[in-house]
Amino acid sequence: MNLSRRHILILLPAAAVAWKSVLAGTPEESPNYKMSDHWWSMLIDIPKCIGCGNCVRACQTENDVPDGNFRTWVERYHVTDENMVSPEVISPDGGKEGFPAVEADKGKYFFVPKMCNHCADSPCTQVCPVGATFVAPDGVVLVDQKYCLGCAYCVQACPYGCRYIHPVKKVADKCTLCYHRITKGLTTACCEACPTGARQLADLKNPNDPIHAFLKTHSVQVLKPQMATGAKVYYNDLDGSVR
Amino acid sequence: MSALKDAGHLFRFAGLFLLAFLAFLVIRHFVVPKSFGQYGHYRAAAIGEIAAHPIKFAGHQACEDCHTDIQDIKKAGKHAHVNCEACHGALADHAADPASVTPVKPDTAVLCVRCHATSAAKPAGFPQSTPHSDAPCQTCHNPHSPAIDAGGAK
Repeated sequence: MNLSRRHILILLPAAAVAWKSVLAGTPEESPNYKMSDHWWSMLIDIPKCIGCGNCVRACQTENDVPDGNFRTWVERYHVTDENMVSPEVISPDGGKEGFPAVEADKGKYFFVPKMCNHCADSPCTQVCPVGATFVAPDGVVLVDQKYCLGCAYCVQACPYGCRYIHPVKKVADKCTLCYHRITKGLTTACCEACPTGARQLADLKNPNDPIHAFLKTHSVQVLKPQMATGAKVYYNDLDGSVR
Repeated sequence: MSALKDAGHLFRFAGLFLLAFLAFLVIRHFVVPKSFGQYGHYRAAAIGEIAAHPIKFAGHQACEDCHTDIQDIKKAGKHAHVNCEACHGALADHAADPASVTPVKPDTAVLCVRCHATSAAKPAGFPQSTPHSDAPCQTCHNPHSPAIDAGGAK
Protein backbone atom coordinates (compact mmCIF):
# COMPACT_ATOMS: atom_id res chain seq x y z
CA MET A 1 0.00 0.00 0.00
CA ASN A 2 1.32 3.37 -0.97
CA LEU A 3 -0.04 6.08 1.30
CA SER A 4 0.87 9.63 0.49
CA ARG A 5 1.29 12.16 3.27
CA ARG A 6 -1.92 13.79 2.08
CA HIS A 7 -3.88 10.55 2.64
CA ILE A 8 -2.39 9.97 6.05
CA LEU A 9 -3.37 13.49 7.11
CA ILE A 10 -6.94 12.82 5.97
CA LEU A 11 -7.15 9.44 7.71
CA LEU A 12 -5.59 10.54 10.99
CA PRO A 13 -8.61 12.41 12.44
CA ALA A 14 -10.96 9.59 11.42
CA ALA A 15 -8.74 7.07 13.17
CA ALA A 16 -8.65 9.30 16.28
CA VAL A 17 -12.46 9.45 16.42
CA ALA A 18 -12.73 5.68 15.97
CA TRP A 19 -10.17 5.05 18.72
CA LYS A 20 -12.04 7.42 21.04
CA SER A 21 -15.26 5.45 20.74
CA VAL A 22 -13.35 2.21 21.34
CA LEU A 23 -11.94 3.67 24.54
CA ALA A 24 -15.35 4.94 25.64
CA GLY A 25 -16.99 1.52 25.49
CA THR A 26 -20.76 1.19 25.63
CA PRO A 27 -22.71 3.41 28.03
CA GLU A 28 -25.84 1.27 28.04
CA GLU A 29 -26.57 -0.49 31.31
CA SER A 30 -29.54 -2.59 30.24
CA PRO A 31 -28.54 -5.31 27.80
CA ASN A 32 -32.01 -5.60 26.23
CA TYR A 33 -32.46 -1.91 25.63
CA LYS A 34 -31.29 -0.19 22.47
CA MET A 35 -31.50 3.60 22.54
CA SER A 36 -31.88 3.99 18.80
CA ASP A 37 -35.09 1.90 18.84
CA HIS A 38 -37.02 4.41 20.97
CA TRP A 39 -38.30 7.97 20.86
CA TRP A 40 -40.08 8.55 24.15
CA SER A 41 -43.00 10.87 24.78
CA MET A 42 -45.96 11.19 27.14
CA LEU A 43 -49.68 11.48 26.54
CA ILE A 44 -51.80 13.38 29.06
CA ASP A 45 -55.55 13.00 28.78
CA ILE A 46 -57.02 16.10 30.48
CA PRO A 47 -60.65 14.81 30.72
CA LYS A 48 -59.41 11.81 32.70
CA CYS A 49 -57.43 13.72 35.33
CA ILE A 50 -59.20 13.92 38.72
CA GLY A 51 -56.47 15.88 40.54
CA CYS A 52 -55.76 13.19 43.15
CA GLY A 53 -52.02 13.94 43.24
CA ASN A 54 -50.99 10.27 42.98
CA CYS A 55 -48.51 11.10 40.21
CA VAL A 56 -46.83 13.83 42.26
CA ARG A 57 -46.39 11.58 45.30
CA ALA A 58 -45.24 8.63 43.19
CA CYS A 59 -42.65 10.79 41.45
CA GLN A 60 -41.30 12.12 44.74
CA THR A 61 -41.02 8.58 46.13
CA GLU A 62 -39.47 7.03 43.04
CA ASN A 63 -36.93 9.78 42.44
CA ASP A 64 -36.25 11.09 45.98
CA VAL A 65 -37.44 14.54 44.94
CA PRO A 66 -36.88 16.95 47.85
CA ASP A 67 -39.94 18.55 49.49
CA GLY A 68 -40.89 21.82 47.85
CA ASN A 69 -39.42 20.81 44.48
CA PHE A 70 -41.35 19.02 41.78
CA ARG A 71 -40.46 16.98 38.73
CA THR A 72 -44.17 16.79 38.02
CA TRP A 73 -47.05 18.75 39.51
CA VAL A 74 -50.76 19.28 38.89
CA GLU A 75 -52.46 22.63 38.30
CA ARG A 76 -56.16 23.32 38.61
CA TYR A 77 -57.63 25.88 36.25
CA HIS A 78 -60.83 27.79 36.87
CA VAL A 79 -62.01 29.52 33.71
CA THR A 80 -65.04 31.81 33.76
CA ASP A 81 -66.57 34.11 31.16
CA GLU A 82 -64.83 37.08 32.82
CA ASN A 83 -61.33 35.61 32.93
CA MET A 84 -60.91 33.59 29.76
CA VAL A 85 -57.44 35.01 29.17
CA SER A 86 -55.94 34.81 32.65
CA PRO A 87 -57.87 32.18 34.57
CA GLU A 88 -57.36 31.39 38.23
CA VAL A 89 -54.72 28.65 38.57
CA ILE A 90 -53.89 26.88 41.82
CA SER A 91 -51.43 24.12 42.67
CA PRO A 92 -51.23 23.72 46.47
CA ASP A 93 -47.93 21.91 47.22
CA GLY A 94 -47.88 20.83 43.58
CA GLY A 95 -51.26 19.14 44.02
CA LYS A 96 -49.49 16.47 46.08
CA GLU A 97 -52.36 16.07 48.54
CA GLY A 98 -55.13 16.79 46.06
CA PHE A 99 -57.20 19.96 45.78
CA PRO A 100 -59.82 21.61 47.99
CA ALA A 101 -63.35 20.62 46.98
CA VAL A 102 -65.45 23.19 45.17
CA GLU A 103 -69.20 23.64 44.83
CA ALA A 104 -70.73 23.79 41.37
CA ASP A 105 -70.03 27.34 40.29
CA LYS A 106 -69.98 29.46 37.18
CA GLY A 107 -67.23 28.64 34.73
CA LYS A 108 -65.35 25.41 34.35
CA TYR A 109 -62.64 23.59 36.23
CA PHE A 110 -60.03 21.18 34.93
CA PHE A 111 -56.69 19.74 36.01
CA VAL A 112 -53.47 20.03 34.04
CA PRO A 113 -50.59 17.75 35.08
CA LYS A 114 -47.25 19.32 34.15
CA MET A 115 -43.82 17.81 33.73
CA CYS A 116 -40.71 18.06 31.56
CA ASN A 117 -41.80 18.08 27.91
CA HIS A 118 -38.66 16.23 26.80
CA CYS A 119 -38.34 18.66 23.90
CA ALA A 120 -36.61 17.51 20.75
CA ASP A 121 -35.15 21.03 20.33
CA SER A 122 -34.87 21.77 24.03
CA PRO A 123 -33.92 25.30 25.08
CA CYS A 124 -32.42 23.98 28.34
CA THR A 125 -29.77 21.80 26.70
CA GLN A 126 -28.78 24.58 24.29
CA VAL A 127 -27.77 26.96 27.07
CA CYS A 128 -25.71 24.53 29.15
CA PRO A 129 -22.14 25.84 29.08
CA VAL A 130 -20.48 22.53 29.98
CA GLY A 131 -22.51 19.85 28.20
CA ALA A 132 -24.07 18.55 31.43
CA THR A 133 -27.57 18.30 30.01
CA PHE A 134 -28.52 16.74 26.72
CA VAL A 135 -31.17 14.99 24.66
CA ALA A 136 -30.29 11.29 24.77
CA PRO A 137 -30.52 9.32 21.50
CA ASP A 138 -33.94 8.00 22.63
CA GLY A 139 -35.40 11.50 23.06
CA VAL A 140 -35.18 11.85 26.85
CA VAL A 141 -33.69 15.08 28.22
CA LEU A 142 -31.27 14.14 30.99
CA VAL A 143 -28.86 15.86 33.39
CA ASP A 144 -25.35 14.55 34.02
CA GLN A 145 -25.20 15.52 37.69
CA LYS A 146 -21.49 14.71 37.96
CA TYR A 147 -20.77 17.28 35.27
CA CYS A 148 -23.28 19.99 36.19
CA LEU A 149 -21.88 23.18 37.75
CA GLY A 150 -25.22 24.32 39.16
CA CYS A 151 -25.15 27.63 37.25
CA ALA A 152 -28.94 27.36 36.70
CA TYR A 153 -28.89 28.74 33.14
CA CYS A 154 -31.09 25.78 32.18
CA VAL A 155 -33.53 26.55 35.01
CA GLN A 156 -34.06 29.98 33.45
CA ALA A 157 -34.12 28.67 29.90
CA CYS A 158 -36.92 26.12 30.37
CA PRO A 159 -40.13 27.81 29.19
CA TYR A 160 -42.20 25.32 31.19
CA GLY A 161 -40.51 25.81 34.57
CA CYS A 162 -39.65 22.13 34.83
CA ARG A 163 -36.13 22.40 36.29
CA TYR A 164 -34.84 23.29 39.72
CA ILE A 165 -31.54 23.32 41.58
CA HIS A 166 -31.41 20.37 43.98
CA PRO A 167 -31.17 21.95 47.45
CA VAL A 168 -28.62 19.38 48.71
CA LYS A 169 -26.67 18.38 45.61
CA LYS A 170 -26.62 21.98 44.27
CA VAL A 171 -26.96 20.76 40.69
CA ALA A 172 -29.78 20.94 38.16
CA ASP A 173 -32.49 18.32 38.61
CA LYS A 174 -35.53 17.43 36.54
CA CYS A 175 -37.83 14.67 35.30
CA THR A 176 -35.83 11.83 33.72
CA LEU A 177 -39.02 10.25 32.34
CA CYS A 178 -38.06 7.56 34.89
CA TYR A 179 -35.17 6.61 32.63
CA HIS A 180 -34.13 3.89 35.11
CA ARG A 181 -37.58 2.30 34.65
CA ILE A 182 -38.34 2.72 30.96
CA THR A 183 -34.96 1.19 30.04
CA LYS A 184 -36.03 -1.89 32.03
CA GLY A 185 -39.36 -2.21 30.23
CA LEU A 186 -41.43 -0.63 33.03
CA THR A 187 -43.59 2.47 32.73
CA THR A 188 -42.85 5.69 34.63
CA ALA A 189 -43.78 5.99 38.33
CA CYS A 190 -46.42 8.65 37.56
CA CYS A 191 -48.08 6.45 34.93
CA GLU A 192 -47.91 3.42 37.23
CA ALA A 193 -49.63 5.36 40.02
CA CYS A 194 -52.24 7.20 37.93
CA PRO A 195 -55.60 5.57 38.81
CA THR A 196 -57.50 6.82 35.76
CA GLY A 197 -54.96 6.32 32.97
CA ALA A 198 -54.73 10.09 32.43
CA ARG A 199 -50.99 9.70 31.82
CA GLN A 200 -49.54 7.28 29.35
CA LEU A 201 -45.93 6.76 28.44
CA ALA A 202 -45.57 6.45 24.67
CA ASP A 203 -42.83 5.40 22.31
CA LEU A 204 -43.18 7.21 18.99
CA LYS A 205 -40.74 4.83 17.29
CA ASN A 206 -42.81 1.78 18.20
CA PRO A 207 -45.34 1.31 15.36
CA ASN A 208 -47.61 -0.74 17.68
CA ASP A 209 -47.83 1.94 20.36
CA PRO A 210 -51.48 3.03 20.87
CA ILE A 211 -50.35 6.68 20.73
CA HIS A 212 -50.37 6.64 16.93
CA ALA A 213 -54.08 5.80 16.77
CA PHE A 214 -54.78 8.28 19.58
CA LEU A 215 -53.00 11.17 17.85
CA LYS A 216 -54.95 10.48 14.66
CA THR A 217 -58.36 10.56 16.30
CA HIS A 218 -58.09 13.21 19.04
CA SER A 219 -57.58 16.95 19.41
CA VAL A 220 -54.07 16.89 20.77
CA GLN A 221 -51.63 19.73 21.32
CA VAL A 222 -48.41 20.57 23.13
CA LEU A 223 -47.73 23.43 25.53
CA LYS A 224 -46.33 26.68 24.06
CA PRO A 225 -46.11 25.43 20.47
CA GLN A 226 -45.13 28.96 19.39
CA MET A 227 -41.76 28.45 21.09
CA ALA A 228 -40.86 25.65 18.65
CA THR A 229 -39.31 23.52 21.38
CA GLY A 230 -40.39 20.24 19.80
CA ALA A 231 -42.24 19.36 23.03
CA LYS A 232 -43.18 15.68 23.28
CA VAL A 233 -45.75 15.76 26.07
CA TYR A 234 -49.05 15.63 24.21
CA TYR A 235 -52.19 16.98 25.87
CA ASN A 236 -55.58 15.71 24.80
CA ASP A 237 -58.45 18.21 24.94
CA LEU A 238 -56.30 21.03 26.30
CA ASP A 239 -58.13 24.30 26.95
CA GLY A 240 -56.82 27.34 25.11
CA SER A 241 -56.35 29.24 28.38
CA VAL A 242 -53.56 26.91 29.54
CA ARG A 243 -50.15 28.55 29.42
CA MET B 1 18.64 34.22 3.92
CA SER B 2 19.04 37.75 5.15
CA ALA B 3 15.34 37.88 6.05
CA LEU B 4 15.77 35.01 8.58
CA LYS B 5 19.07 36.35 9.93
CA ASP B 6 17.59 37.42 13.24
CA ALA B 7 14.73 34.88 13.28
CA GLY B 8 16.07 32.88 16.24
CA HIS B 9 13.68 34.55 18.70
CA LEU B 10 10.76 33.71 16.42
CA PHE B 11 11.65 30.01 16.49
CA ARG B 12 12.03 30.08 20.28
CA PHE B 13 8.58 31.69 20.48
CA ALA B 14 7.12 29.09 18.12
CA GLY B 15 8.67 26.35 20.27
CA LEU B 16 7.02 27.84 23.33
CA PHE B 17 3.69 27.82 21.52
CA LEU B 18 4.15 24.21 20.49
CA LEU B 19 4.98 23.23 24.06
CA ALA B 20 1.89 24.98 25.40
CA PHE B 21 -0.23 23.25 22.76
CA LEU B 22 1.18 19.85 23.70
CA ALA B 23 0.56 20.58 27.37
CA PHE B 24 -3.02 21.49 26.44
CA LEU B 25 -3.47 18.18 24.63
CA VAL B 26 -2.03 16.18 27.54
CA ILE B 27 -4.17 17.96 30.17
CA ARG B 28 -7.23 17.65 27.95
CA HIS B 29 -6.63 13.92 27.60
CA PHE B 30 -6.77 13.45 31.36
CA VAL B 31 -9.48 15.99 32.18
CA VAL B 32 -12.11 15.24 29.53
CA PRO B 33 -14.06 12.04 30.35
CA LYS B 34 -13.50 9.12 27.97
CA SER B 35 -17.09 8.96 26.73
CA PHE B 36 -17.51 12.73 26.19
CA GLY B 37 -18.63 13.39 22.62
CA GLN B 38 -19.59 9.82 21.78
CA TYR B 39 -23.22 10.78 20.99
CA GLY B 40 -22.96 14.55 21.24
CA HIS B 41 -21.56 17.31 23.40
CA TYR B 42 -21.99 15.39 26.66
CA ARG B 43 -20.66 12.47 28.66
CA ALA B 44 -22.28 9.35 27.18
CA ALA B 45 -21.52 7.32 30.32
CA ALA B 46 -24.03 9.52 32.22
CA ILE B 47 -26.87 7.76 30.36
CA GLY B 48 -25.89 4.40 31.85
CA GLU B 49 -25.45 5.91 35.30
CA ILE B 50 -28.97 7.38 35.23
CA ALA B 51 -30.42 4.10 33.92
CA ALA B 52 -28.79 2.25 36.83
CA HIS B 53 -30.82 4.03 39.56
CA PRO B 54 -32.82 1.59 41.70
CA ILE B 55 -36.59 1.34 41.18
CA LYS B 56 -39.14 1.85 43.98
CA PHE B 57 -42.40 0.96 42.20
CA ALA B 58 -42.32 -2.70 41.21
CA GLY B 59 -44.89 -2.33 38.42
CA HIS B 60 -48.28 -4.08 38.30
CA GLN B 61 -46.90 -7.04 36.36
CA ALA B 62 -44.71 -8.00 39.33
CA CYS B 63 -47.76 -7.86 41.67
CA GLU B 64 -49.98 -9.88 39.35
CA ASP B 65 -47.39 -12.64 39.00
CA CYS B 66 -48.08 -13.73 42.60
CA HIS B 67 -51.43 -12.17 43.60
CA THR B 68 -53.54 -13.85 40.93
CA ASP B 69 -56.54 -14.14 43.31
CA ILE B 70 -56.71 -10.35 43.77
CA GLN B 71 -56.22 -9.87 40.05
CA ASP B 72 -59.27 -12.07 39.39
CA ILE B 73 -61.43 -9.96 41.72
CA LYS B 74 -60.06 -6.73 40.30
CA LYS B 75 -60.51 -7.43 36.64
CA ALA B 76 -64.24 -8.05 37.06
CA GLY B 77 -64.84 -4.67 38.73
CA LYS B 78 -64.59 -0.95 38.21
CA HIS B 79 -61.01 -0.83 39.47
CA ALA B 80 -59.74 -3.21 36.80
CA HIS B 81 -57.44 -0.57 35.33
CA VAL B 82 -56.20 0.92 38.60
CA ASN B 83 -52.67 -0.40 39.15
CA CYS B 84 -51.92 -2.04 42.50
CA GLU B 85 -49.35 0.53 43.57
CA ALA B 86 -51.71 3.44 42.85
CA CYS B 87 -53.29 2.59 46.24
CA HIS B 88 -50.72 0.37 47.96
CA GLY B 89 -47.74 2.63 47.26
CA ALA B 90 -44.25 1.76 46.06
CA LEU B 91 -43.50 -1.90 46.79
CA ALA B 92 -40.41 -2.90 44.82
CA ASP B 93 -38.79 -3.99 48.14
CA HIS B 94 -41.69 -6.34 48.80
CA ALA B 95 -41.60 -7.70 45.24
CA ALA B 96 -37.88 -8.39 45.56
CA ASP B 97 -38.19 -10.10 48.95
CA PRO B 98 -41.85 -10.95 49.74
CA ALA B 99 -41.01 -12.98 52.85
CA SER B 100 -39.28 -10.29 54.86
CA VAL B 101 -40.98 -7.09 53.64
CA THR B 102 -44.67 -6.98 54.60
CA PRO B 103 -46.58 -4.06 53.12
CA VAL B 104 -48.84 -1.97 55.37
CA LYS B 105 -52.49 -2.06 54.32
CA PRO B 106 -53.66 1.40 53.25
CA ASP B 107 -56.26 3.18 55.39
CA THR B 108 -59.45 3.33 53.32
CA ALA B 109 -60.65 6.41 55.26
CA VAL B 110 -57.82 8.37 53.62
CA LEU B 111 -57.45 6.37 50.45
CA CYS B 112 -60.97 6.32 48.97
CA VAL B 113 -61.74 10.02 49.41
CA ARG B 114 -58.49 11.00 47.74
CA CYS B 115 -60.08 10.09 44.42
CA HIS B 116 -63.79 9.88 45.17
CA ALA B 117 -64.54 12.95 47.34
CA THR B 118 -67.16 15.12 45.67
CA SER B 119 -65.84 18.22 43.93
CA ALA B 120 -67.27 20.19 41.02
CA ALA B 121 -63.71 20.48 39.69
CA LYS B 122 -63.58 16.79 38.79
CA PRO B 123 -64.77 15.42 35.45
CA ALA B 124 -68.56 15.00 35.73
CA GLY B 125 -68.53 11.33 34.76
CA PHE B 126 -66.14 10.33 37.54
CA PRO B 127 -67.86 8.56 40.49
CA GLN B 128 -67.91 10.96 43.45
CA SER B 129 -69.46 10.70 46.88
CA THR B 130 -69.58 12.16 50.37
CA PRO B 131 -69.27 9.80 53.38
CA HIS B 132 -72.68 8.13 53.73
CA SER B 133 -72.03 5.85 56.70
CA ASP B 134 -70.05 5.82 59.96
CA ALA B 135 -68.52 2.48 59.01
CA PRO B 136 -65.24 2.41 57.06
CA CYS B 137 -65.71 2.21 53.29
CA GLN B 138 -64.48 -1.38 53.01
CA THR B 139 -67.30 -2.66 55.27
CA CYS B 140 -69.58 -2.50 52.24
CA HIS B 141 -67.24 -1.87 49.31
CA ASN B 142 -64.46 -4.27 48.40
CA PRO B 143 -61.66 -1.88 47.39
CA HIS B 144 -60.60 -4.27 44.63
CA SER B 145 -64.11 -4.35 43.14
CA PRO B 146 -66.09 -1.56 44.77
CA ALA B 147 -69.67 -2.11 43.53
CA ILE B 148 -71.87 -3.05 46.55
CA ASP B 149 -73.21 -6.23 44.96
CA ALA B 150 -69.62 -7.43 44.58
CA GLY B 151 -69.45 -7.91 48.40
CA GLY B 152 -67.49 -6.42 51.27
CA ALA B 153 -63.82 -6.53 52.25
CA LYS B 154 -61.67 -9.30 50.90
